Amino acid sequence: MTKVVKLKKGLNINIKGKAVNELVDSSKSNLYAIMPTEFPGIIPKLLVKPDHVVKAGTPLFFNKHNPEVKFTSPVSGKVIAVERGARRKILRIVVEADAELQYEDFKKGDLSSLKREDVVDTLLNSGVWPFIRQRPYAIIANSKDTPKAIFISGFDNAPIAPDYNFILKDQLDEFQNGVNALAKLTEGKIHLNLDGEKENIFSSINGVEVNQFFGKHPSSTIGTQISHVDPINKGEIVWYVNPQDVVIIGKLFSKGIYDAKRILALTGSQVNAPKYYNTMVGAKMETIAKDNVNEDNSRYITGNVLTGTQTEKDLFLSFYDSQVSVIPEGNYYEFFGWIMPRFNKFSMSKTYFSWLMPKKEYALDTNTNGGERAFVMTEQYEKVVPMDIYPVELLKACMAEDIDKMENLGIYEVAEEDLALCDYVCTSKTEAQETIRKGIDLMIKELS
Amino acid sequence: MKALRKLLDNIKPHVEKGGKFHALHAGFDAVETLFYVPNTVTKKGAHIRDAIDLKRTMFVVVIALIPTLLFGMWNIGHQHFLSIGEAAEGTMFDFFLFGFIKMLPLIIVSYVVGLGLEIIFAQSRGHEVNEGFFVSGMLIPLIVPIDTPLWMVAIAVAFAVIIGKEVFGGTGMNIWNPALIARAFLFFAYPSDMSGDKIWVEGLSDLSVVADGFSGATPLAVMAAEAGETVTNFASGIGNWSIMELIIGSYPGSIGETSVIAIGIGALILLFTGVGSWKVMFSTVAGGLAMGFLFNVLAPADHVFMNMPAYFHLIIGGFAFGAVFMATDPVSATQTSTGKYIYGFLIGVIAVIIRVFNPAYPEGMMLSILLLNTFAPLIDFYVVQGNIKRRLKRIKVNA
Repeated sequence: MTKVVKLKKGLNINIKGKAVNELVDSSKSNLYAIMPTEFPGIIPKLLVKPDHVVKAGTPLFFNKHNPEVKFTSPVSGKVIAVERGARRKILRIVVEADAELQYEDFKKGDLSSLKREDVVDTLLNSGVWPFIRQRPYAIIANSKDTPKAIFISGFDNAPIAPDYNFILKDQLDEFQNGVNALAKLTEGKIHLNLDGEKENIFSSINGVEVNQFFGKHPSSTIGTQISHVDPINKGEIVWYVNPQDVVIIGKLFSKGIYDAKRILALTGSQVNAPKYYNTMVGAKMETIAKDNVNEDNSRYITGNVLTGTQTEKDLFLSFYDSQVSVIPEGNYYEFFGWIMPRFNKFSMSKTYFSWLMPKKEYALDTNTNGGERAFVMTEQYEKVVPMDIYPVELLKACMAEDIDKMENLGIYEVAEEDLALCDYVCTSKTEAQETIRKGIDLMIKELS
Repeated sequence: MKALRKLLDNIKPHVEKGGKFHALHAGFDAVETLFYVPNTVTKKGAHIRDAIDLKRTMFVVVIALIPTLLFGMWNIGHQHFLSIGEAAEGTMFDFFLFGFIKMLPLIIVSYVVGLGLEIIFAQSRGHEVNEGFFVSGMLIPLIVPIDTPLWMVAIAVAFAVIIGKEVFGGTGMNIWNPALIARAFLFFAYPSDMSGDKIWVEGLSDLSVVADGFSGATPLAVMAAEAGETVTNFASGIGNWSIMELIIGSYPGSIGETSVIAIGIGALILLFTGVGSWKVMFSTVAGGLAMGFLFNVLAPADHVFMNMPAYFHLIIGGFAFGAVFMATDPVSATQTSTGKYIYGFLIGVIAVIIRVFNPAYPEGMMLSILLLNTFAPLIDFYVVQGNIKRRLKRIKVNA
């Protein structure tokens, strides 16, 4: 049964710099990197050293806690560095790519005849498995679990998010293959959740349950969608995959290779011409940002401006994101800013005038717009969390490290992205995403 | 503007950690952030943040209070000239000027004492000065009788800031509304100066000859005094005041509480900007009206107060002011949405009960709000329990 979900709560933030529907090749990069720090809860154990020669799909490291889960090189070439940070923590493994890519051979196969174990093995060995994540906790799925359903969010309405209708328009066959592979992993349904307000290209996809979502962000986040379609109770597990990663899974079974190609949107008000780039997982930021970004006082973010990670131009693209945002830093003083009308600022509250101009696009910067304060205003978080959850109470339980209460109040149903807007709207400038991740980490530690 | 920034930048190194005048950093921060939105950028979490901050939020409340403040100033003068029998000679400006001069010291004392203490606490605790007192400092002068001695105001403010707020950890942590704590402190510590018919009009207690027919009693006091007598005709108002006068607010009372029109303008500002919770305001009014109607239905013929039309409760005394500016304080109110309806409704109900049945203290709003402040966490607790039960039920349905 197709579900139609209409959400009233939420907030769309109009930022300048949405990518236009134009796809270009990124400039050639010969350096690629995989960053273990991107995977929460993973302790990396290296399998390669500098000078090792690898192919696309050769394991670089595995998770100490779960050795089955391997992380592989997106390209063929030579490992040139293992960069470490404080306390010798591995930051990234850098591979210098060959001119012509060589691929590890994985079992190609007719999905209709493959067994679940075969599919799982291939996914694990090829390093594609980490694209499959689970709720609760928003961590890499455990191959020993059987999820009650698999969710794919076919749209993204975070600020200046990429449009999957554009990204996937020529890759629907592989998307279908990916869906077929995922179907082997669960006895439940595969939910493909779409933006009800738009025409979508996914009508030809079989084997999925299409759900229509109406409403503002965060209606595109997995946590919100799960809670309205098939909520998670204690002990239940749901897996989810990003749409582009479904394509990677599809190619793994149709071609027998780990093909880390990815289309990425370069967005933000500091980008001269926001558009889409053909690139690969782990490529250098420079290869897309070159000559197209106003470098002056800019912040590079992989992902969107709500949940993304701050990075640098000479670092690498992330494993999961389909978007890079570049926005101005807000490191300036503003004379009597708190009292001025400030027509160039966006606010959920009507103490500013942004409600008069719902179509206006803003060049928002990273200024916190005020100092951190004790929590005063109430019912702000509730306005941007369209779930049957009391976000403030849940965050308090996380701060108090009260496991029972966290469980009772719905810690299994949320992750950072679902509460990212709480960070944004908070009058007291409280960090909701950080608190919820700490709470999740505590749950993992205490319950495993 | 540039020169000011330069000055601040020059001073800054001396008050930062390790500087000679580190002991003054909280005060410096307060001044700096008053003039400039700081240059801090996001370090974790969302990279962009809403333009609203606590300063602007509190500032909106202060703006919403201005109509009541201006009207209060006029009314101080108006009542004073009425009491000496010269109201006909005075112009509106005379009234206002008189009130302004009388009111200003109250406001100054309130802010100086309150902000001084806030800065000292911020300094010793190592956090920034919180804007909460922006509002409390304006509320306190508005809810005291005009004749309150300044030293009493100073002590009440100190009590409110220290015992009402800082012992709990400062703004955001307090259990009760600090402004009402100040008012309650005055009422219970100096009852003789806070009650009676003389205190509500400037200079009335020292006046040897009062104008003919003038009484300094508040409408609530008149109502309380009339208990047991025959029912008056409410269509003509209460005592000497017509309904219209009660709505406009030209009667004796605490400075800011009398005019429903001025309070209404403030309420519109709070509701439109979303700074004040409409749920609390709406349900408080609903609670007061509901209880008033209930009394009307149940009233024995000889109980004047119970027979008073329900809507009179909204236009006399501090009910409207409390509903708009006090009950909506987000810190001491309930935090959950459902909780806000319950909290507001009970405030209205209990305020009217106290008014009608407690002749010793005719104004029930203050006590009612403080009482519900106390119970707000309990209300929230049960609302959240409801959410937990829903979640557990879901498991049972699935199982």
